[in-house]
Amino acid sequence: MGETLPGNGGLKQFASLVNLLGSSTGTNDKLEALQNYFAEASDADKVWVIALFSGRKPKRTVNSTQLQEWCRELTGYPKWLFEECYHTVGDLAETIALLLPEERTGDADIRRPGAGLSYYLEKLMDIGKEDEPGKKKFVLGCWNLMDREERLVFNKLITGGFRIGVSQKMMVNALAASVNLSPSVIAHRISGNWDPSSTSFDALLSEQSVEQDISRPYPFYLAYALESEPSALGRPEQWQAEWKWDGIRGQLVKRAGQLFVWSRGEELMTGKFPEYQELIPLLSDGVVLDGEIIGLQEGAEIKPLPFAALQTRIGRIKVTKKQLTEVPVAFIAYDLLESEGADCREQPLGQRREWLEKIVKEADNPILRLSPLIHFSEWEELRRSRELSRETGSEGIMLKKKNSPYQAGRRRGDWWKWKIDPLVIDAVMIYAQKGHGRRSNLYTDYTFAVRDGDRLVGFTKAYSGLTDKELAEVDAFVKRNAIEKFGPVRTVKPELVFEIAFEGIAASSRHKSGVALRFPRINRWRKDKKINEINTLEDLQRILREAARK
Amino acid sequence: MPLIEFTDKGLYCPQGAFYVDPWRPVGSAVITHAHSDHARAGCSSYLCHRLTRPLLELRLGPLSYESIEWGQPVYRNGVRISLHPAGHIIGSSQVRVEFQGEVWVVSGDYKLENDGLSGSFEPVPCHSFITESTFGLPIYDWKPQSEIFASIRNWVSGNREEGKSSILIAYSLGKAQRLLSCLKEATDMIFVHGAIWNVHQALVRAGVRLPPVHWVTAETPKDILKGAVVIAPSGAEESPWIRRFSPYEVGVCSGWMQVRGNFRRRNVNAGFALSDHADWKGLLQAIGATGARKVFVTHGFQAALSRYLNEKGVESGEVKTEFGEDEDAGGSLPAEDAAKKEGGHG
Repeated sequence: MGETLPGNGGLKQFASLVNLLGSSTGTNDKLEALQNYFAEASDADKVWVIALFSGRKPKRTVNSTQLQEWCRELTGYPKWLFEECYHTVGDLAETIALLLPEERTGDADIRRPGAGLSYYLEKLMDIGKEDEPGKKKFVLGCWNLMDREERLVFNKLITGGFRIGVSQKMMVNALAASVNLSPSVIAHRISGNWDPSSTSFDALLSEQSVEQDISRPYPFYLAYALESEPSALGRPEQWQAEWKWDGIRGQLVKRAGQLFVWSRGEELMTGKFPEYQELIPLLSDGVVLDGEIIGLQEGAEIKPLPFAALQTRIGRIKVTKKQLTEVPVAFIAYDLLESEGADCREQPLGQRREWLEKIVKEADNPILRLSPLIHFSEWEELRRSRELSRETGSEGIMLKKKNSPYQAGRRRGDWWKWKIDPLVIDAVMIYAQKGHGRRSNLYTDYTFAVRDGDRLVGFTKAYSGLTDKELAEVDAFVKRNAIEKFGPVRTVKPELVFEIAFEGIAASSRHKSGVALRFPRINRWRKDKKINEINTLEDLQRILREAARK
Repeated sequence: MPLIEFTDKGLYCPQGAFYVDPWRPVGSAVITHAHSDHARAGCSSYLCHRLTRPLLELRLGPLSYESIEWGQPVYRNGVRISLHPAGHIIGSSQVRVEFQGEVWVVSGDYKLENDGLSGSFEPVPCHSFITESTFGLPIYDWKPQSEIFASIRNWVSGNREEGKSSILIAYSLGKAQRLLSCLKEATDMIFVHGAIWNVHQALVRAGVRLPPVHWVTAETPKDILKGAVVIAPSGAEESPWIRRFSPYEVGVCSGWMQVRGNFRRRNVNAGFALSDHADWKGLLQAIGATGARKVFVTHGFQAALSRYLNEKGVESGEVKTEFGEDEDAGGSLPAEDAAKKEGGHG
């Protein structure tokens, strides 16, 4: 062998971690697996694991069509058979790992024991510059040296996305145990804009990294849904109530004369909302606001546009003039995380709110709004206000404890969302598709229709909300009643009736039904209903008209 | 008139007036093996392999049975019927049917690897072959039994080091017995759930030599169950029965564990892709070895396997049957309470 091919010593370590995380059922087992990994892995590999498990995907240099083609070429399977396998497995990286012919373990001499996760990731970025034969040579060379487990994670590195049930919080906790820093400090240091290929482990976790990166946001504090009665929360005067807006959760970071916009997914979205740049002279440096990015109708009152309108903005790479005028965006601020360059998350909410009000007032610009407080002295009074949520264009109420600090991640106790009951409609299932991940090889993704005279009109897809047992029952029904034999979608006999719940509705020219639903999901299976008892297109249009009137 | 017809009651031989594995009550039934989707109650008479008989008696009760050995022919109205090893579970057989030189074979369920218990799959030359296709996609590619057994033992010893019991979930007929030879090298005491105990006793009474097992009853002292190695049917992992082994880890033995999504759905600690069905390569090899001119594909991925065969120049058609509702074939089913269904003892 003239050329040195990458070895598989180091990827094995990462592959075992992924395997362990995937097969652990308890949080403690996962935590332990991560801690062990952080104790043993090289610094360069650790940086990449932090990046991958906090959703920082490397740029894709090999596309999935290429991967499929090379796999088919090696196996000799026809395209339709490959696709059938893919629909059954529900994951491209795994499908390929399962299909590739038995490993031909390479000569021990050509392995590089030092070649670990970071080696492969950097190599994968490098081949972005190469032509297709160059890429192919690298990928096939790697496959050839790997076993099934390694091929799976290698393919995952190429296709991106490790959904293995590790939350960022868990990773931060594991890291905290190995580097002797508090989880909240780590969460902050690993947030924001850093490049895993040029950042060392020490630099990432050092204090300077935060100072050097002026765009760095804070980890978002997320609320759980309130399941009990609010009276269980204690005395009403200890709580602050606001509307729960249906926009994009975001942070505005103003530092060193620049303004950055971050979404909850820690995606930098500055370019998508150019209007916020107007705020630069109006905000002092060292200010970070937490709030809602939202389309608003003109006027002093807060009147949100439907979420669908905002969605057209996110989808575009370049925001057009037309969009800027059609969907004017504002920022409803509800918290202050940094003031005068100092992290103020430990201050009680009451104090932060006071400072926030001052900042918004001084900025005095309709683009920056203050999230209005809902005044109440009895829980019953707040419950009546909540009934008005839909009319105010919100999804319900947020409850925040007045003396609480701003925490990191999803936590119980100080913040709760108290949403209104969803809108519901009874519909019949007309198409089914196999799911992914945990739902692999099961028909779990459905399309639903309402009646329009003698016709059925598909109006939404929904998949969550059924128990495993119900899913198995529907799956068996689909398998018995399917019309097509191949491909991902099965047309099924319209017979099963479900109650579909959703949060909002908007007119849509992209959908045959003329409407688009917000957060549709299956509420329950209406086994008691026959297809002639489902709702009609007219019912949907009525809900749409009622929504539009508000 | 074809030798075997596909009817709504099952695979029917009009000349011999018998059904193979009927799913509705009929007169005369020939049974490939004792899993519940292939052997149903309500027929007037049953013909099966000698070792299938005690299992049918256990599951269906006293009915009119006739049992034969592999290769021993019986005749029905001029039709020659013989059974041949299918390698799926103990007693499992392919059914060879011959009339005036025309030969059909019904595979039932089968696997090619010899598990040391179920007999070695015998390729039977025929004109028409009716094959299963439970794992009829190339993603199903089994590792050798020895390798899987090694990883099961590895898992057991790892659990033991942590002071935990090892609960292996396996179908009570077939997989459970197959695991015994693996586990007897890992422990002196193999514990089993009542459903498995019943099958075990029936087989031992019929003269099958199996490693000894211990039935876990309400009287079994808790202290001997610490760190135990246990075989239980699907569903047991969700029943209160399992708590007595605490702390424990659960491992599922099923071909469906090949795909991570299926494994994750089970929410258990380990999955071993150990199957009693042929994998993709096994199916193709078995089909090729029959030399059949016409292949009918039943329960499983019949559309895919059949299309693939046609493209490879083997004339093939799909057949809808009501097989494949058993536990191993029903990978899409969640862990339903099979333990209860099988009338297990506590």
